[in-house]
Amino acid sequence: MTEPTGRRRPTRVALFVTCLGDAFYPQVGEATVRLLHRLGIAVDFPLGQTCCAQPAFNAGFHDQTRLVAQRNLTLFADYEYVVVPSGSCTAMIRLFYPDLFAEDPHLHQQAKSLAARTYELSEFLFNVVGTDDVGAAFAGKVAYHASCHLQRELGVTEAPRRLISRVAGVEACDAEMSEQCCGFGGTFAVKYPEISSAMLEKKIASLQRAGADTLVSCDAGCLMHIAGRLRRQGMDVRVMHLAELLNTGHSAEEPHHASGN
Amino acid sequence: MHLGTEGFQEHARQALKDEPLQNALHLLTNEFVPRRVAAMQALGDPEALRTQARAVKEQAVAQLDTYLEQFADNLDKLGAHVHWAHDDAEARDIITSIAQQAEAKVIVKGKSMAAEEIHLNPHLEELGYEVLETDLGEYIIQLAEETPSHIIAPAIHKTRQQIASLLHDKLGDPYTEELTDMTQIARRALRQQFLRADVGITGVNFAIADTGSIVLVTNEGNGRLSSTLPRVHIALMGMEKIIPRLDDLPVMLKVLTNSATGQKISSYVTMITGPRRAHDLDGPEELHVVVMDNGRSNILGSENREALYCLRCGACLNVCPIYQNIGGHAYGWVYPGPIGAVLTPLFTGLDTAKHLPRASTLCGACREACPVKINIPHMLLNLRRQSVSRGGAPAGEAPLFSLWAWVMRHPGLYRLGLKLARLGQMPFARRGWLGKLPPPFHSWTKSRDFKAVAPQSFRDRWQTTLQYEQPSRNGAGGGHHE
Repeated sequence: MTEPTGRRRPTRVALFVTCLGDAFYPQVGEATVRLLHRLGIAVDFPLGQTCCAQPAFNAGFHDQTRLVAQRNLTLFADYEYVVVPSGSCTAMIRLFYPDLFAEDPHLHQQAKSLAARTYELSEFLFNVVGTDDVGAAFAGKVAYHASCHLQRELGVTEAPRRLISRVAGVEACDAEMSEQCCGFGGTFAVKYPEISSAMLEKKIASLQRAGADTLVSCDAGCLMHIAGRLRRQGMDVRVMHLAELLNTGHSAEEPHHASGN
Repeated sequence: MHLGTEGFQEHARQALKDEPLQNALHLLTNEFVPRRVAAMQALGDPEALRTQARAVKEQAVAQLDTYLEQFADNLDKLGAHVHWAHDDAEARDIITSIAQQAEAKVIVKGKSMAAEEIHLNPHLEELGYEVLETDLGEYIIQLAEETPSHIIAPAIHKTRQQIASLLHDKLGDPYTEELTDMTQIARRALRQQFLRADVGITGVNFAIADTGSIVLVTNEGNGRLSSTLPRVHIALMGMEKIIPRLDDLPVMLKVLTNSATGQKISSYVTMITGPRRAHDLDGPEELHVVVMDNGRSNILGSENREALYCLRCGACLNVCPIYQNIGGHAYGWVYPGPIGAVLTPLFTGLDTAKHLPRASTLCGACREACPVKINIPHMLLNLRRQSVSRGGAPAGEAPLFSLWAWVMRHPGLYRLGLKLARLGQMPFARRGWLGKLPPPFHSWTKSRDFKAVAPQSFRDRWQTTLQYEQPSRNGAGGGHHE
């Protein structure tokens, strides 16, 4: 194993698990912790955390957004790295927190600092840890769904694809609409259900054309949306978060197991 | 007539059920998008071109007053007339009085979104003028008595069969679905009208400050005929159409045509610098340029200024997953699609158009396609915030988000909330999913299952087991990538 050059490998991070991850997909946070452990990185989980506040922000309620967001400025103030298994919530923190607190110099400084220290999981692994092979193994035809905020707000396009391609046994079968929105959009899916569903139909049709048996993405929101329709249709496609995929081949009972690559 | 913006949800629902529309939109998506992507890639460094084009618009809009003045002075020297219209009514009055002075009966029109914006055709028709659209798409729309559903492809919502029937019904020619024959039918009908027309009205793609030129970009040559054959040419432009220098034109043309239709250059690019001079063989005797504000000054001074950089290429419509599903008419006013969701509230008022900025997943495909990198998703967010501060939030949302913020600020309450949700969902959850949700979330479960709250949240797992696990001491996993 070669160490990334010119940069100290992180030894400790804080996990911001996101509210969707906490309530609906606890296995994503768990896989993230064990994956980071395998890489020799200690994980802290500040228990006071709840939500990044994006739902209120996207709905236009900035006062309410600030109330919730401000807590995160304090909770994560002392960590060199904050890792988030979500492109959407990372974008909220990195792009919009500084704007939200632009009026208050002190908070603005804190927000800019947090923005600079916060990483989405795949970009953290690829750009900061400097790895594209975490020693995972998974047999399946995997299509990648590029979530919108991850690819277009954060500009993270290569990291997840490289990480997926290096999982032993994976046959990458990119759906031709890999970059197309799934129609989730937070409350959009509830406010404009017909349009949202029409978008989802197209996404799923492209998945079928690609012949994928597994869909992988970096955002629990998209996964919940796509899986909800697949389940309703009785379609046999497995839906996984990248963290789960990268943690396959390592049983839950052996969190200390180090990969032998 | 436009559908209006207030009934957006219903219009969108209807559009999703409209089979011919869906077929037409499918073609649009499959043809326009790959064509643009390939064309932009072929330019070598499309990113650099977009940066350059944006810089031109930034400069033009930042010093709009200076460049407009320069443009007007140059037009004046060339013997053209410049008219300033504060709003749509004034623009219509100016155009009407020019037509009156020209004693016009027949008016031909080149394609112009600015003219659509001021609803010029119905106004002129009411006054008794015979007004003829000469862009093929616009002509079809006029025959069908509809409005454009796309910025550069106004009749994109119509299938070939619908257009064939329309031409047959309205013009009396034998029914044909052959594209060449259909084009010939329209061409024959239109050519006669060009010769009869007293006044030609066109839009303006670019107005060049340092030469006083106006530039028309078309594929059918109708803009050139409308601006040269009639005795009087009226060019109507939004005041943001200005670019500082003739030297800026090549890059602007390049990004415009490649983004709009995937063409290296359109079939016709017409540069008009003043009316016909004594030794010219053709051209109009009079050239009138109507520079229209109509709300643009307000946008200029706002956080949504970059909406004024728009070239009206339509690329954002083609890539937008919302537009691809509902088409242009559902947006309810002149400008559809992502840029329409920004412009319509800015032009017609946020209170009636409040659905438009909200009906987006903020996916950002529009920004990626935009030749001048307009940050549409962030402007949609601005508009949502403004709408909320004007009391325009959907019913019940304000108390809901206040409650939400209170819970999210208190982790104990948040935890209690999860517990209650777990209890509440118990009778309904099937293998971790819910088939039905209560209002206001029931619309999710009409077509999709919803994930049940997990029996053990992440924080519970953390507290019971994960926090006691240790990282691997040698950190063996993770080979370094090259």
